[in-house]
Amino acid sequence: MARLTVNGHVRHVDDDPDTPLLWVLRDTLGMAGTKYGCGIAQCGACTVHVDGVAARSCALTLAAVEGKAITTIEGLAANGLLHRVQQAWIAHDVPQCGYCQSGMIMAVAALLKQTPHPTDAEIDAAITNICRCGTYQRVRAAIHSAASA
Amino acid sequence: MNYVPKIDRRSFVIGTAAAGAGFSLGMSLPFGEAHAQQGTPELNAWVVVKPDDTVVVRIARSEMGQGALTGLCQLVAEELEADWSKVTWEYVDPRENVRRKRIYGNMNSTGSNAIRQSHDYVRRGGAAARQMLIQAAAAEWKVPASECTAANSIITHTPSGRKTSYGKVVNAAVKIEPPDPKSLTLKDPKVWKIAGKPIARLDTRAKVTGEQKYAADTQLPGMLNAAIKACPVRGGKVVSFDAAKVKGMKGVKNVLAVGGTAVAVVADTWWHAKTALDALPVTWDEGPGAKVSSATIEATLKEGLEAETPFIGNRAGDINAALAGAAKKVEATYAYPYQNHACMEPLNATARYTADKCEVWTSTQNAEAVLAAAVEASGLPFNNVEVTVVTAGGGFGRRARTDYVTQAVQIARQMPGTPIKLLWSREEDMTQGTYHPITMCKLTASLDANNNLTGLRMRISGQSILAGIAPERLDKGRDPATFQGLNAGGTEGQIGYDIPNILIDHAMRNPHLTPGFWRGVNNNQNAIYLECFIDEVAHAAGQDPLAFRRKMMAKHPRHLAVLNAAAEKADYGKPLPKGVFRGIAQQMGYGSYVAAVAEVSVSSDGLLTIHRIVGATDSGHVVNPASVERQIAGSFVYGLSAILYGGCTVKDGRVEQTNFDSYNSMRMAAMPKVESVLVPSGGFWGGVGEPTIFVAAPAVLNAIFAATGKRIRSFPLKDQGIRTA
Repeated sequence: MARLTVNGHVRHVDDDPDTPLLWVLRDTLGMAGTKYGCGIAQCGACTVHVDGVAARSCALTLAAVEGKAITTIEGLAANGLLHRVQQAWIAHDVPQCGYCQSGMIMAVAALLKQTPHPTDAEIDAAITNICRCGTYQRVRAAIHSAASA
Repeated sequence: MNYVPKIDRRSFVIGTAAAGAGFSLGMSLPFGEAHAQQGTPELNAWVVVKPDDTVVVRIARSEMGQGALTGLCQLVAEELEADWSKVTWEYVDPRENVRRKRIYGNMNSTGSNAIRQSHDYVRRGGAAARQMLIQAAAAEWKVPASECTAANSIITHTPSGRKTSYGKVVNAAVKIEPPDPKSLTLKDPKVWKIAGKPIARLDTRAKVTGEQKYAADTQLPGMLNAAIKACPVRGGKVVSFDAAKVKGMKGVKNVLAVGGTAVAVVADTWWHAKTALDALPVTWDEGPGAKVSSATIEATLKEGLEAETPFIGNRAGDINAALAGAAKKVEATYAYPYQNHACMEPLNATARYTADKCEVWTSTQNAEAVLAAAVEASGLPFNNVEVTVVTAGGGFGRRARTDYVTQAVQIARQMPGTPIKLLWSREEDMTQGTYHPITMCKLTASLDANNNLTGLRMRISGQSILAGIAPERLDKGRDPATFQGLNAGGTEGQIGYDIPNILIDHAMRNPHLTPGFWRGVNNNQNAIYLECFIDEVAHAAGQDPLAFRRKMMAKHPRHLAVLNAAAEKADYGKPLPKGVFRGIAQQMGYGSYVAAVAEVSVSSDGLLTIHRIVGATDSGHVVNPASVERQIAGSFVYGLSAILYGGCTVKDGRVEQTNFDSYNSMRMAAMPKVESVLVPSGGFWGGVGEPTIFVAAPAVLNAIFAATGKRIRSFPLKDQGIRTA
């Protein structure tokens, strides 16, 4: 039985220690907002925060996150108020199919925590998520807008 | 209604394709009697108004990111004179379409068709509903309907100033005889208030909160998860597998053969299913495909470049005479590789089968094809099969196929009563693609003494999509789709140049991999072949590539106008910063005209930076300019990803790329600044989901040539010494 905190709630799960966090979230805890895209930490669709830092949950075992605080897309809004990144995403109408956007938004929220006013080069270095619809231009605009919010 | 068609997969799919010719069913038939939907009667098949003024627009096409959902709602709301803030939507149940004699027309969303081939009848649905609501209000007020107007979901009796809302009169309105759709006059797009505007998408909020449910997120009580592996060599079969080896693994509930070609593990969680599947010993009969490699395919295609063929796409004048009399000849051979769709949401479907019912939940580009596949795979009568369409995490043509639906039902059928969610791994998605077809093209041009292009000979050799997946659509063995963008005339894919002597033909060579429709389809390689080669000819003629093109476009004013629009916005002809070079391309397809100007630099060690791309589109009408801009920018990403990093290679009959580590996709760092130029010239309805992708690669490739002096003719660029940040 592993103990972890997900979006502020303590959860006990009895998955094997080598189970990827992604599948603990999706299948054991029934939280489908975090997406499977590749399973090898390439695409970033599964990005969550582990103790406030962006991490690709498909390549992170349950053992590695035991006792840690996980934030998923479902927990990004606080007190019913959307996170400024989510608000910027709505203002810029960023998503197309949207499947990669949970991970993209989580990656950006973590970036802004570390680097409140990222340059384009800093965005390029930090946001490496794949979006096959190709909505990167709006992602960039929304990041700058969230940074100045 | 007692209408129950004889349904089988083949006739259904053919019927669907045949309906594509006219798309008139939705309007040639009456809108039908009022159907109760969740207790609320409908005004017609497209429009439900609830007593609280909520407007529900029925969406028969698929939303996979392209924005058709919002655009179709805009068109209906425009004619309905609806309050946009009250507009919501629901997907059409494909069974309803069959039961109601295909009142919703074609439900397929491919070929950039979702709006351009249904705009007329959905708008008539909105207009008819508005007329009925006005009539109901007029009857209640005992005034002539002609004295009443509607706007913003409010009906006003102009002489008296009385007002009422749609929701207040809807119960009376549904009892009114619907007008003949043909009798309705649709609004001139010039007076549109909702359509034609860059309105925000209706599905954004759920997509930023994680609340949007994709098919892969389906959860049902008692549901189990399945992972699947089909023979990695297309055409191969399962010989045997050692289920005992994995049955004791954690969570495993079942190990199954699926359709003779695949094995699946069913478990409590998908991770358990996948882990056991990876450990499952399987013996395959790989079949003759196992002997195929990229080298054998290349040899076959090269043979086709010189072989005899009866399949002609475009012929005018006397090409042989033109080549024989040429003052100068230019010749080049290009090749375009296989590509995988790689939708972000891996293919999946959930199915529950019992002796008298089969239910399917999935995302698709063709809900009717899913229904047909489920009927066939379940063996149950049509009326006992239910399909629920869920929003798709990308489609790009892959979700026009239903192989994953068939598999889900085949698994569920072996475990009656238990809902099974089948999710393909990314590796399965990469291995079991319906790939963008592989082709080569040999081009020869003749120039006269004044450097005018007098003749163009194009020999395409390679795979036919229709031969692979829709042979009933071949024309005496010829695949007309092979010539997209190269046709002499027509509204779908007309070549933009007037060349007096021309011969374009196709030597069909079909390797064992299954081909498929991949965003842009055959325009992708045809635009590279034609537009890069025209660039080569322009340089051979010592002329500017834009000026050289313009000379040949006088009889193609729309092609020319969009090319000019792109060139003007890109300041073509004005100096660029040192080390930055331009490339241009234009093409026409899916009813729209597109052009692009790319600005790139290439370092001495091959680092490519795409600084800026201007993309111009004439789609006739524009339903949502913001959506069009998104499709333009996204088309550059999808098309350039393929040319920069994509390409599927074959070894021992298998596709070698298995995930995004070997089949990469463009990311933020390589994304150019995209500027969209919308130049709708009116009078026609062109698509926007695909056209821009045609010019993405050739514009950049021509710019790379301008920068380096080196013409690259096979792809991906990563294998040609070109990399990106």
